[in-house]
Amino acid sequence: MVARDLVVRYEDFTALVGATLTVHYGEALGIVGPNGSGKSTLLKTIAGLLAPSSGELRVLGARPRQLPPGTIAYVPQVEAVDWSFPATVWDVVAMGRFARLRFWQRFGLRDREVVRDALAIVNMSALANRHIAHLSGGQQQRAFVARALAQEPQLLLLDEPTTGVDAATEESLREIVRQLVGRGMPVLMATHDLDRVDEWFDRLLVLDRNVLALGTPREVVESGAYSAIREHTHTHGHLRHDHEPHEAHAAHPEIRR
Amino acid sequence: MVEPFHYAFMQRAFVAALAVGILCSTMGTYVILRKLSFIGDGIAHASFAGIVIAYLRGANFYIGAGIVAVLTAIGIGFVHRRGQISLDTTIGVLFTGMFALGVFLMSQQRSYAIDLQSFLFGDILAVQPQDLWLILGLSIIVGLAVVVLFRGLLYTTFDPIVAQASGIAAPAYEYMLLVMLALTIVVSLQAVGIVLVAALLVTPAAAAYQLTSRFPPMMALAALFGAASTVGGLYLSYYVRASSGATIVLLATLLFFASIALKRLRRAIAPAA
Repeated sequence: MVARDLVVRYEDFTALVGATLTVHYGEALGIVGPNGSGKSTLLKTIAGLLAPSSGELRVLGARPRQLPPGTIAYVPQVEAVDWSFPATVWDVVAMGRFARLRFWQRFGLRDREVVRDALAIVNMSALANRHIAHLSGGQQQRAFVARALAQEPQLLLLDEPTTGVDAATEESLREIVRQLVGRGMPVLMATHDLDRVDEWFDRLLVLDRNVLALGTPREVVESGAYSAIREHTHTHGHLRHDHEPHEAHAAHPEIRR
Repeated sequence: MVEPFHYAFMQRAFVAALAVGILCSTMGTYVILRKLSFIGDGIAHASFAGIVIAYLRGANFYIGAGIVAVLTAIGIGFVHRRGQISLDTTIGVLFTGMFALGVFLMSQQRSYAIDLQSFLFGDILAVQPQDLWLILGLSIIVGLAVVVLFRGLLYTTFDPIVAQASGIAAPAYEYMLLVMLALTIVVSLQAVGIVLVAALLVTPAAAAYQLTSRFPPMMALAALFGAASTVGGLYLSYYVRASSGATIVLLATLLFFASIALKRLRRAIAPAA
């Protein structure tokens, strides 16, 4: 995945100024940065949800919207949906298959198998028939990750999956990410949690509307860009919703064609 | 008991009621889950202008209402997507404006040949054979669309952002759904009228939402509640000599409160489930 001089604007606000980065196969790239630094914007642009105003973006050699259905899996923050929706965990994970099915194709045996496997990977098999309204925050997040896995994507984008989840879920998410990366999948993940970044990621991107630093966690720490961010998030970390109007999941109005 | 079924106009009314009941409440499932009830109300009111224009030009009122309803639906979808003006405001302005245009054009006529009451509250007993074919035809088209687009509509209703990221054309589904909604409303106008069509779009589906925990059963139960309301309401109205549209909606409302009561009862009996 290659992005060159990426610029994304909302109305008259520029959320991302000339970001340039490359992500390789079998690599986990962590995106850190203060509130409103454009982490979600970058992920949404790569997912094809936002169109870059200028610059170049290639995912597996094509523009995101020209990729075959199912190529990119995007895991949003859990507040993005209404959890009182009439669906079980199975139903939600099964949606991951929908992009791959044509109108006339039935949800077949193989689809069922993939959904079952995805549930097993996130350790949610026992909860398959539970209504989604009765899930904890960590379980909701794992259901979202399972849905993304059921899609059998070639690129996985995670938007702060560790926010508000228990330690066990965080650990299992980390294991899942490392496993996928081990199998060659590129993973991009925005995170607020700056502890243990070296255990999660191969490389780290420090973002504040443009790329401040990009390199291995050690290189980034040594460059000093990281400590500035660290200080910043420690002071403002708990006020993210006041500071991130453009990263909040307002859904529709943000998606421009 | 079978007395109402002896008349041809009553037979037509029952078939129309059944089609409208199933169609409205099936689409109502999306209306409830996507929170579109205000949009449904808006499209219904706006289509009144189309009805009057069609009448003045001597055209079929379904055609006039249909064109205006579909255009309104697409316009609303466009505003919703662009997000420049609040959706609430847009619908509020559009639907009162279009409704006023209808009343304005109508009031210019010397003779009030259009029965305003029948469009506001419906007159299912006046359904003509050609109307019935139109109702059935459009019902089948919208019904087929629901079947063919089922997975995409479901996914984009639950999580439009992730659906779009995965490669499903969420905006296209939204527009198709709005057009289907517009056709549903046009089909239902004669049965329940402009004022009450919103109730038929919301109430049976809201009742089904109380009693189900998955999407397909919710849709099926909504259709059942809708059909029971329209057919039962029409039947009752024959005996109590009341407006059929009003009786239908009152019956649907009754079903809604019964559903809430049943849900509470089930919780009381089996708190864990």
